Amino acid sequence: MQQPKLSARGISLWFGEKQVLKDIDIGFQDRQITALIGPSGCGKSTLLRCFNRMHDRTPGVRLSGHCYLDQEDIYAKSVFVAAIRRRIGMVFQKANPFAKSIYENINYGLKINGVQENQRHELIVQSLKESFLWDEVQHELHKPAAQLSGGQQQRLCIARAVALRPEVILMDEPCSALDPLSTAKIEELIKNLKADYTIVIVTHNMQQAQRIADNTVFMYMGRIIEADTTPNIFNNATNELTSSYVHGKFG
Amino acid sequence: MKRKLLEYLEWGSLLMSTTAVCFFLVVILWDLASKGAGSLSWDFVSRFPENGMTSGGILPAIIGTVMLTVITAITAAPFGICCAIYLHEYAPDTPVTRLIRASIRNLAGVPSVIFGLFGLACFVQALHLGTSLLSAGLTLGLLSLPYIIVTSEEALHRVPVSIREGAWALGATHFEMVRDIVVPSALPGIITGIILAVSRAAGETAPILFTGAAYYINNPSFSLDQEFMALPYHLYMLSTQHQSVDLVRPLAYSTALVLIIVVLLLNLTAFYIRYKSSKDHATA
Amino acid sequence: MKLVSRKHTEKFTARFFKACGFGAGSVLIALSLMLVWNAAAFFIHVKPYDFVSKTQWDPTGSPSAYGMLSMLISTMLVAVGAMLIAIPLGIGTAAFLAEYAGRKLKNMLKPAIEMLAAIPSVAIGFLGIVVISPGLAGLTGRSNGLNALNGAILLSVMALPTIITVAQDAIDGIPISYKEASFGIGASRWQTLTQVTIPAAAPGILAAIMLGVGRAIGETMTVLMATGNAIALPHGFFDAVRTMTATIAIEMGEVPFQTTHYYALFSVAILLFIITLVINMIGEYFVGRFKKFEIR
Repeated sequence: MQQPKLSARGISLWFGEKQVLKDIDIGFQDRQITALIGPSGCGKSTLLRCFNRMHDRTPGVRLSGHCYLDQEDIYAKSVFVAAIRRRIGMVFQKANPFAKSIYENINYGLKINGVQENQRHELIVQSLKESFLWDEVQHELHKPAAQLSGGQQQRLCIARAVALRPEVILMDEPCSALDPLSTAKIEELIKNLKADYTIVIVTHNMQQAQRIADNTVFMYMGRIIEADTTPNIFNNATNELTSSYVHGKFG
Repeated sequence: MKRKLLEYLEWGSLLMSTTAVCFFLVVILWDLASKGAGSLSWDFVSRFPENGMTSGGILPAIIGTVMLTVITAITAAPFGICCAIYLHEYAPDTPVTRLIRASIRNLAGVPSVIFGLFGLACFVQALHLGTSLLSAGLTLGLLSLPYIIVTSEEALHRVPVSIREGAWALGATHFEMVRDIVVPSALPGIITGIILAVSRAAGETAPILFTGAAYYINNPSFSLDQEFMALPYHLYMLSTQHQSVDLVRPLAYSTALVLIIVVLLLNLTAFYIRYKSSKDHATA
Repeated sequence: MKLVSRKHTEKFTARFFKACGFGAGSVLIALSLMLVWNAAAFFIHVKPYDFVSKTQWDPTGSPSAYGMLSMLISTMLVAVGAMLIAIPLGIGTAAFLAEYAGRKLKNMLKPAIEMLAAIPSVAIGFLGIVVISPGLAGLTGRSNGLNALNGAILLSVMALPTIITVAQDAIDGIPISYKEASFGIGASRWQTLTQVTIPAAAPGILAAIMLGVGRAIGETMTVLMATGNAIALPHGFFDAVRTMTATIAIEMGEVPFQTTHYYALFSVAILLFIITLVINMIGEYFVGRFKKFEIR
């Protein structure tokens, strides 16, 4: 098997005294979609947030182990955290557009990351097209983002991440707050993005994992129980916990 | 029947106390407005005092108060906002941070006359700024500081964590996140707090008693290193220290009215900004 | 290149904000050091015990006397008087706002209370001279009504907004389940308010009172203008008095710098500072307690 694009080696994480992640070892292949599943509280979102160091400023968090993007240690002292986050984009559970216009929401990331002004417009238009938002908003790019619908806002947040041309996109239950129609659109979008990006998506929706993910990782109580291709996890799980979870016996 | 009556009496007592509080406000405003309006005129707010304060206007006191307010805002606001940003966006939850917070909260409870003493000892004497507009402005700046910090911190607190994370996820540094995302969102709340703080400062008298306020200045230059006239101090002098207090009573009334109008206008501006931003959020 | 400068900005700004935070935090320390420094120069000449236990205050006499007990008692007298008025009115209003007033009425009363808080103290002092003083003079038959009672009335007006706001927050913070339990056993609204809600909100109400007392003791202009300015041991509310704040305000303007009298005023200030600090800290403690209650 080839080198994983993104990996965790021996990651353990504590919130205060409580250990939330226990010695996690996992790799994600380049240009594939990997779903993290498991009952709520199993640590899947917490693990996801380790990969772009979102826990850095959370009080009371202690972390040991390493995460690698290609061969580079994400938690190395010499690493500038903003530079890592530029390469590893993230989409959150609830759409979180800035209180700016649609255009500025995407422009902002490009601006702070030093993209030349003459290249930005092109990138903004392109990312809106890639996120299936262009047709809906092309005539009102300077409208406040807050006026978009929930599904549109989430696609804007994806566009915002995609515009930076990251290498990896982390998605934390991106559809959980959306209606089925918006969900379908975003799933379609995620499948398209696979051609260019490594995608890790946390989901509590088993059907969604089966629809979009190449690989699935099942987590339980802060540990990885099983990681395999999606069909194997859902049909031939080796671990009993996994098969009872994916068949809806608990969680 | 008897129980019903008792109930009415009991709730009536609460209603009475509320009415009493409102009555205080009405008496204050009505008395000042009705008796102050008489000698209030364009001349009064646009002319210098004449004949040993017994006639003429209060223009230099108005200008002095406005300048004092501006200096207070310029010195206290940036410092206060930066401190609030440190406390809310940067500071880890350590005993030292808690000590800083406690010290700021307690600073808000220090009597204003003690700020006046501090201004006298620190700005007027130790820093050799003399009794001047600058000394008084700095003193009022310190007085306003805790209010500005506390209200700014509350405004920062209302900015949701999710959009901070959104900025981080795009590769913004912590400072870029604060500057571009958090502060713009919190700005209406911060500005409201600053205006409320300086409107308090504008009405303060005790801190400027020994730091630069003067009873009467012939030819005021309104420069930073000179003494100045101010509305609240002017009212104090007219109502207690003038040689013929009864003669200048109408002028004192009008001065009080102008002072109240200035302060209430500042407050209304602040409430308007708060109202407007809360409405914007509601549609968002 | 760009990245390097961003790193530098990040580091520099973090330090800058930290400096601001520590700077603001040290204002209180600077203030207390200034007071201690100047008061120390006084206590070289005058025994601290004499300072607080004697009633004679005559800095310009020969020999000069620096006993501040009568000012201290005057301060307390006026503050206690103010609280006797403000506590029932303030808690009554807070209870009315929290339990009885509808949304519309609340939306009208809240700005009114904020407006009352915004009125400068010198304007309230002025009204003490022109409105309350003649009224009290008529009541007592003396030539004027500039006395402790006048100051107490004015200070109660100034302390009311603080008391009402904090007490209302405390009463609002009581979980509805408490009240429902009380109604469930057949208690009337009034019984619920006085026997369940207010006792449960007691820490917050105590905080409100403490913050109000702090405000009343530290207030300068109103008492300076309305209490008659007589340094003597007061015998009642109808005596003219002079509080600690008023003494500082009056005498600091006339005293030559760096004299014993000058330092004496800083010593009065340090005592005032300690009293208000302690009262505010007690208030803070209770605020902390009812905030915790709220979260639960």
